[in-house]
Amino acid sequence: MAERKLLLDSTLDSVEVAETEVLGAAREIGFHEDDLHQLGMAVRESMVNAVVHGNRYNARKKVHLSVTKAADRLTIVIADEGDGFDVNTVPDPLAEGNLLRQSGRGLLLIRAFVDEFQVLPGQPRGTEVRMVKYLAKAS
Amino acid sequence: MSVKMSSRQVGDVTVVDATGRITLGEGASVFRDVIRDLAAKGNKKILVNLADVSYIDSSGIGEMVSSFTTVTNHGGQLKLLSLTKRVKDLLQITKLYTVFEVFEDEASAVRSFA
Repeated sequence: MAERKLLLDSTLDSVEVAETEVLGAAREIGFHEDDLHQLGMAVRESMVNAVVHGNRYNARKKVHLSVTKAADRLTIVIADEGDGFDVNTVPDPLAEGNLLRQSGRGLLLIRAFVDEFQVLPGQPRGTEVRMVKYLAKAS
Repeated sequence: MSVKMSSRQVGDVTVVDATGRITLGEGASVFRDVIRDLAAKGNKKILVNLADVSYIDSSGIGEMVSSFTTVTNHGGQLKLLSLTKRVKDLLQITKLYTVFEVFEDEASAVRSFA
């Protein structure tokens, strides 16, 4: 398994950097176009969460990206250095009363676009998001 | 590439042609500003053509929902035209198909405002 780690600034430019990195690895494994689109969206949403909600654009805080290639899957870990959050407190965006809310759909989209998704407390602080997409389940 | 938006009149319906990406940052804010401006100027029948929108993220979806609310609050209607498969998928995942009226062809969409 080949792992690549990047330390990224808390800027929106880092969202593009992370997406490019992940999609490059995904192409090498052999993911097809629709799956690349889904992976790209999941990474973008996770990175936006890390930069905007986690690190709050703080220049002293970093986003840690890890991309691990295996023959049948791609594992992506994105960790911020923010205050952390409880995923269970996020309102359900599919509830009738929440459909017209402007925000709160990022986690829903990530869950829809990867095969495994975990939100964990970061070490020593912040939030760590772990996503896996399998090649065999793709297409 | 961010989103580019231009508007044209078809009868009393304002058709907004969007091209590009509606994502966090410039894309989402351009979308919001254009629709709010149209609503503020009294346009009550707004049809947003998304045929050439290649990518929308959760922020873009949020701005679409916010724009829908803005237009509705001004006593108008905002409907969507010509979604790509990926954008259709997004609306299904987020259940926003139950909020937006979506049309495949412009003539039917324009007639629906009558």
